[in-house]
Amino acid sequence: MSSQLIQGNEACAWGALKAGVKFCAGYPITPSTDVVELLAQELPKAGGRFIQMEDEIASMGAVLGASVMGEKAMTVTSGPGFDLMQENIAFGAMAQLPCVVVNVQRSGPSTGGATLPAQGDLLQAKYGTSGDSPRIVLYPNSVEEIYRMTIQAFNYAEQYMTPVILLMDEIIGHMRENVDLEGVGDVEIVSRRRTDVPPAEYRPYAADETGIPILMPFGSGYRYVVQGMHHDVNGMPNTGAANVDATIRQINGKIDRHKERIWLWEEKETEDADILLVAVGCVSRSALEAVRQARRQGLKVGLFRPITVWPFPEEPLARALAHARAVLVPEMNWGQLIHKVKEVKPDAVKAVGLNKYDGTLIMPEEILKVIEEVRA
Amino acid sequence: MSWKDYIKENMFPLFTCAGCTHGTVTNAFARVADELKLDKDKTVIVCAIGCAGRIPTFLDFPVLRVTHGRALAFATGIKLSHPEMKVVALMGDGDALAIGGNHFIHAARRNIDITAIVSRNEIYGMTGGQYAPTTPPGARATTAPYGMLEPAFDTCKMAAGAGATYVARTDAYHVQHLQRTLKAALEHKGFAVVEVLTSCPTQFGRRNKVADPAKMLERIKALTVTQAQAERMTPEELEGKFVIGEFVNTSRPELTEIYARAFAGMGV
Repeated sequence: MSSQLIQGNEACAWGALKAGVKFCAGYPITPSTDVVELLAQELPKAGGRFIQMEDEIASMGAVLGASVMGEKAMTVTSGPGFDLMQENIAFGAMAQLPCVVVNVQRSGPSTGGATLPAQGDLLQAKYGTSGDSPRIVLYPNSVEEIYRMTIQAFNYAEQYMTPVILLMDEIIGHMRENVDLEGVGDVEIVSRRRTDVPPAEYRPYAADETGIPILMPFGSGYRYVVQGMHHDVNGMPNTGAANVDATIRQINGKIDRHKERIWLWEEKETEDADILLVAVGCVSRSALEAVRQARRQGLKVGLFRPITVWPFPEEPLARALAHARAVLVPEMNWGQLIHKVKEVKPDAVKAVGLNKYDGTLIMPEEILKVIEEVRA
Repeated sequence: MSWKDYIKENMFPLFTCAGCTHGTVTNAFARVADELKLDKDKTVIVCAIGCAGRIPTFLDFPVLRVTHGRALAFATGIKLSHPEMKVVALMGDGDALAIGGNHFIHAARRNIDITAIVSRNEIYGMTGGQYAPTTPPGARATTAPYGMLEPAFDTCKMAAGAGATYVARTDAYHVQHLQRTLKAALEHKGFAVVEVLTSCPTQFGRRNKVADPAKMLERIKALTVTQAQAERMTPEELEGKFVIGEFVNTSRPELTEIYARAFAGMGV
């Protein structure tokens, strides 16, 4: 197949199908609905099932129901729906059930602007739920990368046994780019591990040396309890201090100890950059153009683009800041990504935010203007 | 195999209060599971939060215990992705009818093959005795210190109205009737709802002058009438009473079968 013009939202659905998704439950919400529409059409052909549930709470529940049966499962939503999904995302993190949650972000809070782009859910994607639980969050910046990162989201979910969030921008979700999906090449497809331990000796939540439990699908002869309450290695309720401590260490620690394998990022012109831009998604494309124009003026400006937003690629950013005297964070929100950047940057490096929340894209000229101000 | 093989007795004791009849429902379910020889590895139990939501973790099946009210949402994902599985949702009344009410009516509308068992103890027991959508008008609860001001839900009428194809009510006093009803529901193809009247002496009884477990059971006995008895009673006489028996036992296409027919010949 040669390259064709496809939409970001379509690329997400095709990526999910390539990854082996077998179940999708969703609820209509702009600007994400194209993804479930395509999955409703294609999943039956792939031996899978789509259902439109009564709300986003139910969608997330149905997805985790399919996941406990061993299926690769996903849901797709936007801001207000993402709010409703939080309780069951936390359940997935606590019970260690893999799934993929796509959030095609729109302008908020609340109903906000359904078709207006914004990047307001960066922190919610990690901190939207009660208690401490990990989150893997990926943030692509092109139609082709949406395809690859959707596959990657399933791979991480299955490998690390946790919900993975794919954050998208309305702009790229609804943008068409020329992509050769087959040309993306042989992408690795990961499925969750299985064990041949006899059922009588099986302890679902007793993680091995990887720190990641092996949850055998329900119906496969292994009977145990999967729940959101603190539980012991058999899944039975247990709120003893030592047990609670072990649970929290397990669900958070498994991501922490493998973070270097989960980090994905891109750097442009960072080697000698004295002004570093940090940007994600659609804004990173404007930032890249700003880097090109600044370099033409002889300015040492570089770009660090986290693709894995959570766990945040701290050490790679610290390395990219080696020669920086200022770090500029353009983002389409009141200031979210900059918090993490400030945590990582040395004290001597000045952090400057460029925030836009009017439902329009940050343009390269706006970034260049702030670069001038920083230099002055 | 005996009915006890369906219960993880090695995990006992139960956490429930003395005189709680949720255990009676669990016991009846295990006996019916044995009678029907339910395949433990082809059955999934889904439950959620509250006293009725925690007891099922003691059943020897794969058990998915989820967020408050969401048992039927998760159960829908299980059944639709794996129609070969028998799926049973064991819920309390607050769980199924208040926070989970939306999922309840849509599962009924879809007629998805799930057995939904709702234990109606008329109170939030686990959280300390707050009123439920099933608390009788006038009854005391910690959040109804002047008596319950709202009317109570009729679970069976709601289930029937939303499209459930099996709807019955039974209770923890008439245990033979309880077992017969659970058996019929589990044998039914489609969305089956059984409401079981249960008793909470600790949280409901103490505040409503029936703290004694035996008196709570006698209260259930006094409140329940058969359909035959109900036919001979006036609306005034039926006020506050619960009719036990089968209200709906019908057949219409089941959701996973509709899917299978719609997509026959498609896919892998």
